[in-house]
Amino acid sequence: MSAMNNLDRSKAAFVAACFAALALLPLLTGSYGVDLVTKIMVYAIFALSLELLVGATGLVCFGQAAFFGIGAYAAVLLSPASEAAGLWWLLPVSIVAAAMYALAVGALSLRTKGVYFIMVTLAFAQMAYYVVHDTPLGGGTDGIYLYVKPALGSLIDLDSSLTLYFFTLACLVAAFAFLAVLLRSRFGRALAGIRVNEQRMRATGFSTYPYKLAAFTLSGGIAGLAGFLFAVKDGFVNPELMSWHLSGAVLIMIILGGIGHLRGALIGAFAFALLQEFFKSEAIFGAFAKHWHLGLGLTIIASVALLPRGLVGLPGQWRERLVGRNRVPSASKEALGEA
Amino acid sequence: MDFATFLIQCLNSLQYGLLLFLVASGLTLIFGIMGVINLAHGSFYMIGAYMAFALAPVVATTFGGGFFATLLVGTVLAVALGYVLEWVFFSFLYEREHLQQVLMTYGLILVFEELRSLAVGDDVHGVQPPEILAGTLPLGEMMTYPVYRLFVSGVCLALAIGMWFVFTRTRLGMMIRAGSTNREMVQSLGIDIKFLYRVVFAAGVAIAVLAGMVAAPVSSVYPGMGNSVLIICFVVVVIGGIGSIRGALLAALLIGAVDTFGKVLLPQAAGVLVYVLMALILLWKPDGLFKAA
Repeated sequence: MSAMNNLDRSKAAFVAACFAALALLPLLTGSYGVDLVTKIMVYAIFALSLELLVGATGLVCFGQAAFFGIGAYAAVLLSPASEAAGLWWLLPVSIVAAAMYALAVGALSLRTKGVYFIMVTLAFAQMAYYVVHDTPLGGGTDGIYLYVKPALGSLIDLDSSLTLYFFTLACLVAAFAFLAVLLRSRFGRALAGIRVNEQRMRATGFSTYPYKLAAFTLSGGIAGLAGFLFAVKDGFVNPELMSWHLSGAVLIMIILGGIGHLRGALIGAFAFALLQEFFKSEAIFGAFAKHWHLGLGLTIIASVALLPRGLVGLPGQWRERLVGRNRVPSASKEALGEA
Repeated sequence: MDFATFLIQCLNSLQYGLLLFLVASGLTLIFGIMGVINLAHGSFYMIGAYMAFALAPVVATTFGGGFFATLLVGTVLAVALGYVLEWVFFSFLYEREHLQQVLMTYGLILVFEELRSLAVGDDVHGVQPPEILAGTLPLGEMMTYPVYRLFVSGVCLALAIGMWFVFTRTRLGMMIRAGSTNREMVQSLGIDIKFLYRVVFAAGVAIAVLAGMVAAPVSSVYPGMGNSVLIICFVVVVIGGIGSIRGALLAALLIGAVDTFGKVLLPQAAGVLVYVLMALILLWKPDGLFKAA
């Protein structure tokens, strides 16, 4: 038992160290680094939202970009043209807009299971995509600009990139803490039960549908938060924010990081984005940087071959090699809803 | 819409639907039998189209050329490619979770796209249909219809009938059907399931490549063509019911018709119609139209 507690503590220490490092990072890097890490943190929030569905509940959603995009479009469309929108109302409204769409999509698509569920969520995301792509509502394919960034009085002005950095970091910490607490609650345990064996959960008297729908709606809301931050950061939205490429990319992030762990979503988002930056870097690869997909693809294939549990499982793999297999808590125990 | 236009759209939707069926049939076989979600399947279609473009001059100098020789060489290469790919990248994936397979095949998409970019560049190309099939047929008084499109439909139909024959009338088909129902049982009957998987995978790749080669003169050859066909083929597979060839055929024809007529009658909503159709069908029948036996 005490070994487990040590492991728990080391996980918490790892996450705390990551957040502390992120808080100190602006001291070390210039505006390029701040901008890049802000973007990665937005992706990390987005990945966390999907981890709640895929890792915690066992629902593989392939339409997560729709909620991201709705959060982003809500932020831009609802902002007044010439003055700063109030952060206190715009942020919650954007989140609720995304969550409402998730509620509607979830209510219908949770009737299906497995690969069918994957494809129905894709279908609803594509519908949202074509609404902004083919109607003048959101500027069509050209997208629309957000000229004045939202602010909270004179306290927080998201126009400053440093303020936005810390605001995004705060949102990331809040989302992580919220999910960590949620997954330890009775609700989170019920989700874990649904993932492992839904039939048995029903047999023990849980009505699983409302639990899954609640998880889906919450996940949509968190993805909406990420979308809001993305729109504020770029000051621009276009239909590509809702395309299935983005839904796929965020799924790849959490698989790369390691499904079944909240910190896997963090690690995956950072690893994916940093690998992209690395292979795109002309300083390292020169003219070959144009073909950065090749390096990224080969790295992903190698990671599947070498890391069956994702990046999160790497320390465990090393420990197994050093100590021998039987001394280490099994992967299944670890996977039962720990952050 | 007068009758001749209607007829042309019918032929177009038939041709598009049959082409989708070819790519989707490999996808549904590989998923239904091997349990692998192969995102890279669209890339094989793309590879096929680029083969039709890039192999033609090579084949012309070595074998004296011709469109049909290119098709043959391409198909042989595709079988070899599928065989090796299954061996190197997929044989260790069966025991893993589906999501690990998704990650792996996503990596393969990126690699295939870049290798294609390195080998033949990122330009859009057109491929000429062979001269015997380059003509047109008169339809009604004003309209004509290209012979090559009829040829595409014919090839697809022939392949579909061939697949049906192999599936229902041969020993190999029997083993494949048995393997999709119960892997362990087939293995304990003394059938080499690994070899069976390799054959199915190679056949799936070859059909997708062949579809790409045949389609190249109809649609132009462009980067990213694999991804768009992949998503539509997943739609087809899911509507038809995973693992069901019959379902895939029906769904592909349905999607072909909805997409073709949607573009004519409701051009603003054409893109979304396919997805609306899929959502409606899956809400009505959550396991697709035909659940695999």
